[in-house]
Amino acid sequence: MKNFLNPVVCDIKPSGIRRFFDIAAEMEDVISLGVGEPDFDTPWSIRETAIYTLEQGKTVYTANAGLKELRQEISNYSIRKYQLVYDPLREILVTVGGSEAIDLCLRAILCPGDEVLIPEPSYVSYIPCTILAGGKPVGIPLRGENDFKLKPEDIEKKITPKTKAIVFPFPNNPTGSIMTKEDLLPLVDIIIKHDLLVISDEIYAELSYSEKPHVSIASFPGMKERTLVINGFSKAFSMTGWRLGYAMGPESLIRQMTKIHQFAIMCAPTTSQYAAVYALKNCDDKVESMRREYNRRRRYVLSRIRGMGLDCFEPEGAFYVFPSIRSTGMSSDEFCSSLLYDQKVAVVPGDAFGEHGEGYVRISYAYSLEELKTALDRMEKFLQGLRS
Amino acid sequence: MIREELLEVLEKDSRITVQELSVILGESEEVIESEMKEMEQEKIICGYHTMINWDKTNQERVTAMIEVKVIPQRDEGFDKIARRIYEFEEVSSVFLMSGPFDLMVIVEGKTMKEVALFVRERLAVLEPVNGTATCFVLKKYKDNGIFMEPRKKDERIPVSL
Repeated sequence: MKNFLNPVVCDIKPSGIRRFFDIAAEMEDVISLGVGEPDFDTPWSIRETAIYTLEQGKTVYTANAGLKELRQEISNYSIRKYQLVYDPLREILVTVGGSEAIDLCLRAILCPGDEVLIPEPSYVSYIPCTILAGGKPVGIPLRGENDFKLKPEDIEKKITPKTKAIVFPFPNNPTGSIMTKEDLLPLVDIIIKHDLLVISDEIYAELSYSEKPHVSIASFPGMKERTLVINGFSKAFSMTGWRLGYAMGPESLIRQMTKIHQFAIMCAPTTSQYAAVYALKNCDDKVESMRREYNRRRRYVLSRIRGMGLDCFEPEGAFYVFPSIRSTGMSSDEFCSSLLYDQKVAVVPGDAFGEHGEGYVRISYAYSLEELKTALDRMEKFLQGLRS
Repeated sequence: MIREELLEVLEKDSRITVQELSVILGESEEVIESEMKEMEQEKIICGYHTMINWDKTNQERVTAMIEVKVIPQRDEGFDKIARRIYEFEEVSSVFLMSGPFDLMVIVEGKTMKEVALFVRERLAVLEPVNGTATCFVLKKYKDNGIFMEPRKKDERIPVSL
């Protein structure tokens, strides 16, 4: 029998976290600070809406691009929150999580050999999705000394005639770093000068803790026509399992993405879409109350981490802190393994998010203050043990 | 703003220390302390109580919610009769209500008999009281935002990216 598998797929490395995850899953009494999803249940009113639509038998396919009503609410929401104006009929596509939107976009734009600039460390799906779409991922380092912000000089060094697009993953997973209006401004000129498309993954937009609200790169003059904004319901509304996201961008791109989506997926889950309509209309206060709770935990974790003598910049978004563990003399992987074996606390090695994450670990604060306290007490004990 | 968030946190955890409050709210300990003191004086903060699920103890305890219809009195409105009711040690809360009755009186006693006796001998006989309806609490599911039964375990995958 011949080997039926595609070598391109076979060559993609499985997520670096796998081995570590297997160890953690088998140990007893492990306290994990390793998750990438909220700890809050989806607000009950949203769940109750979903139950009601099921009772009513609203269980058929929706339009490929998503319920018209939902696209209208997404449009209203984006105007209200980020001053981004998109036509619900032509410029918005509802997807199966933000992750599908990333995949669709890369498949819609990439020709063999096209290069995509991908900041590192960042979320793990950009690189494999680029490869699977026939493109070539090119890493741009995000540096600890810059608070993991994207710098114009780092972008320019990597631009070639084959560069087609750049991924903007802010607020960032795993670093918690954000890009303010001032940070974004110098990048706009470069992007326009080199005629790049921006894939702006703003799934954590609602979880920003700086004084000023989240700013999208698409809101700058000349950028809307070359930006695909990706957002979704997982993080802000605590709806990870509902698998619902969306993409907003130029009509020509959305049309081609919708074509792929139509043939590969048909439409995003109907129940989730009805629930999302309700969420966008009614749940601003619930989102804000979760954001405030995250912010309190963020301050707590940061203070504890610094108190342990670890070097850590102040993250202003998402729900992660990303301290440097270089002072321990260990690699990220060694640190995480020892912490797991020694104190049964699971955190994620920074290099799982790209080589530039080496020397750091990701600590999630999607846990109650009580759980955080217990886990951080253990971590403190571990560090004291290392130093004595 | 700081007050609002301070109250939000204290309402859930009155044992949290000033130092912890200072960290999670990003304010100095002095500011936290003075705000708390001021709110105590202004009776915005009325106490730091413990939420107890008495059903899990060996102590007998019943709670009744008594709907009371009263005749308001000239010059005094409902306040005078409310006072005559809320001064009883058995009474834990009294609210003036809109709707078909006037006062909601929450009474705690050791047994139903004890509560019934209180209603019969003390409450119903008050002159302005026009009628009572005593409703005993059979089971508490959620009280003051707290679920009485433990919630489900954390079902998230322990490590996800």
